[in-house]
Amino acid sequence: MSAAMRRLESTPFSLALFDRKENLMSRRNRPETPDTEVLSSDALTRRRIAMGLAAAPFAAAVPNLSFAADHPTAKVNTTGLAVTDKEVIVGQLHSATGTMAISETGSIQAERLAIEQINAMGGVLGRQIKIIQEDGQSDWPTFAEKAKKLLVNDKVAAVFGCWTSASRKAVLPVFEKENGMLYYPTFYEGLEQSKNVIYTGQEATQQIIYGLDWVAKEKGAKSFFLIGSDYIWPRTSNKIARKHIENFQKAKVVGEEYYPLGHTNFNSLINKIKVAKPDCVYAIVVGGSNVAFYKQMKAAGITADKQLLLTISVTEDELLGIGGENCNGFYACMKYFQSLDNANNKKFVDAFKAKYGAKAVIGDVTQAAYLGPWLWKATVEKAGSFDIDKVAAASPGIEFKGAPEGYVKIHENHHLWSKARIGQIQTDGQFKMIAESADLIEPNPFPKGYQ
Amino acid sequence: MPDPPLPVHEGVSMTAAEITNIVMMQGFAGLSLFSVLLLMGLGLAIIFGQMGVINMAHGEFMTIGAYTIFLCSSLTQTYAPSFMPYYFFVAIVTAFILAFAFGWLAEWALIRHLYRRPLDTLLATWGLSLGMQQAFRSTFGAKEVSPTLPEWLLGSWMPHEGLDIPINGLFVMGLTLLVTGGVFLMLYRSRWGLRVRATVANRTMANAIGINTRKTDRMTFAIGCGIAGVAGAAFTTIGSTGPTSGSLYIVDAFLVVTFGGAASLLGTVASAFGIAQTQSVSEFFMTGSMARVLTLLLIISILMIRPQGLFAAKVRR
Repeated sequence: MSAAMRRLESTPFSLALFDRKENLMSRRNRPETPDTEVLSSDALTRRRIAMGLAAAPFAAAVPNLSFAADHPTAKVNTTGLAVTDKEVIVGQLHSATGTMAISETGSIQAERLAIEQINAMGGVLGRQIKIIQEDGQSDWPTFAEKAKKLLVNDKVAAVFGCWTSASRKAVLPVFEKENGMLYYPTFYEGLEQSKNVIYTGQEATQQIIYGLDWVAKEKGAKSFFLIGSDYIWPRTSNKIARKHIENFQKAKVVGEEYYPLGHTNFNSLINKIKVAKPDCVYAIVVGGSNVAFYKQMKAAGITADKQLLLTISVTEDELLGIGGENCNGFYACMKYFQSLDNANNKKFVDAFKAKYGAKAVIGDVTQAAYLGPWLWKATVEKAGSFDIDKVAAASPGIEFKGAPEGYVKIHENHHLWSKARIGQIQTDGQFKMIAESADLIEPNPFPKGYQ
Repeated sequence: MPDPPLPVHEGVSMTAAEITNIVMMQGFAGLSLFSVLLLMGLGLAIIFGQMGVINMAHGEFMTIGAYTIFLCSSLTQTYAPSFMPYYFFVAIVTAFILAFAFGWLAEWALIRHLYRRPLDTLLATWGLSLGMQQAFRSTFGAKEVSPTLPEWLLGSWMPHEGLDIPINGLFVMGLTLLVTGGVFLMLYRSRWGLRVRATVANRTMANAIGINTRKTDRMTFAIGCGIAGVAGAAFTTIGSTGPTSGSLYIVDAFLVVTFGGAASLLGTVASAFGIAQTQSVSEFFMTGSMARVLTLLLIISILMIRPQGLFAAKVRR
């Protein structure tokens, strides 16, 4: 883990900058004749070796230069993005430091893995992907500033980044003004849609409604206690949950409680749950509070054999901190679990562990982050261009059959069609999948009757 | 795992026994919060109260304790699994020693140069806390970890049906009693305590009668940090262990010490009790965020009337 972190922190900046400079120079000096192909291929090989391109598990594919030649830079890049004949630069914008580093590290790793695999396959339109990584430092204005830097100074073709809704809201105006493309990995509260963003996680209804229907149908839950950390995502999600419970399920909400982020004492809340005796506790607690919440629930005797609990905020990443033994038997509704049994996922988990260590775990958002670069590659190739407007226009209908979660497709509204799944927490910190939706669920960021 | 039988609903009606249970559990919740607050405030009270150093890195010294538990639990699990039920006690002592050592080092390298500039200690120790957080992140990774706790520390003690007393709460409570008692004994019954009190009362005079105030300062700071380490170790049973876990506690710790009145251990105890009861009772009757607002409002208004805190040491300056 620590080795992986160090690698992560030490490589990106200098190499990417150095490489870019070299590349710009060679581009300037190069006469526009076809016989430079040998030379450039040579330079490319050298650079690949210099980079170390840690794609050990993948055969070093020969870059498909003729493919690149079919797509001359002047044609695929009419808006002055950082695209040359041999490479394309993308940005990565997450918190590598600060409190959010806990959550965002997985996304950083997954995006890097995807980009590395794409490069090993020959890149995008015959161009190798280079990453410029910026650190949002868990600070929203910093996110906006770095987004501007990536789009204006570096002219990146796409940005993979953000995690919290707050950071996304902070960068959104920048992406819309400077016309950039953001691939956003986290499940979130919905109520947003932008030409400049592809949401690779679930919006609220995709995660909430299926889960609530499942506990109502399979477990007969008729009364719910809603709990959340006190900020936009849990509050909006619980609002949708309450509407669904009261208006569509005709069931009862017997309590709704919010606690400040970072709150560590839940004993009074637990007593309130004991008084209300809900059939189902619906929990959206995040961060360090999550750990305290489940440890204290267990200590107060609220365990899975006595209480049904459904959460949408606990993934394999959170379970590292909580410890499976503190919440085994509870249920989570996600679209992805590390334990999913399919060929895509097996390959993905193996590659991830080969790169980041056997102990690495993969949560829902990490998988969603992995989708970003692949969806972008498919979109660019469909559009035959890196230009933002063309990529945005080509996005709807793009599918990715190699997704670890199965199959995903981009909707008109730039969210993904994806399945919802119920997993039961095991003592080893993994989930056992109990149920999954029969079909892909349509993303609906502005649900009618839920506002 | 079989699913629980669902309770039958006919509105929320409770028997007298159930109400008694809830009242008792709620009472325990208040006491449990009290011991948590006291334990985290204690180390700070010694450092801030006795030395006037604003130690913003207090939370990180707690994190040292938490990570010590994590290390000890991993080591025990790998090399001596049969020792698992008992390792926690050894780990707590180790946590104290490690935090003590780091505190000693921090005082020697940083704090001792700043005694004449108390406000600058705020900045310096804040920097120290950021540095320590990054060090934790580089060593243990950015993600939270979960030490494997001994079986007997998990779950609840059930004297009779419907009454669950958290065992980790009892444990923290016992530890708090022990540490608080120890600190009181040390301060009022030992040579070191005498020297500390003399130094607090009048540094120049204490120096003049042959007390090595530099040594006393270092010892005091290190003991404060050591207690923070013990607190952090104890909190692994109820909270999270990650690079920034310490920051979850630092605000509450300062609240307890400031509200109680600096330089008064008794004040720290009283203020921890007051804050804990207000918070816990109001949480039961209103939402969590509102309860927090109410608690803070109360503290602010009392501090406006009594800026020196609940108990102020009567020292001639």
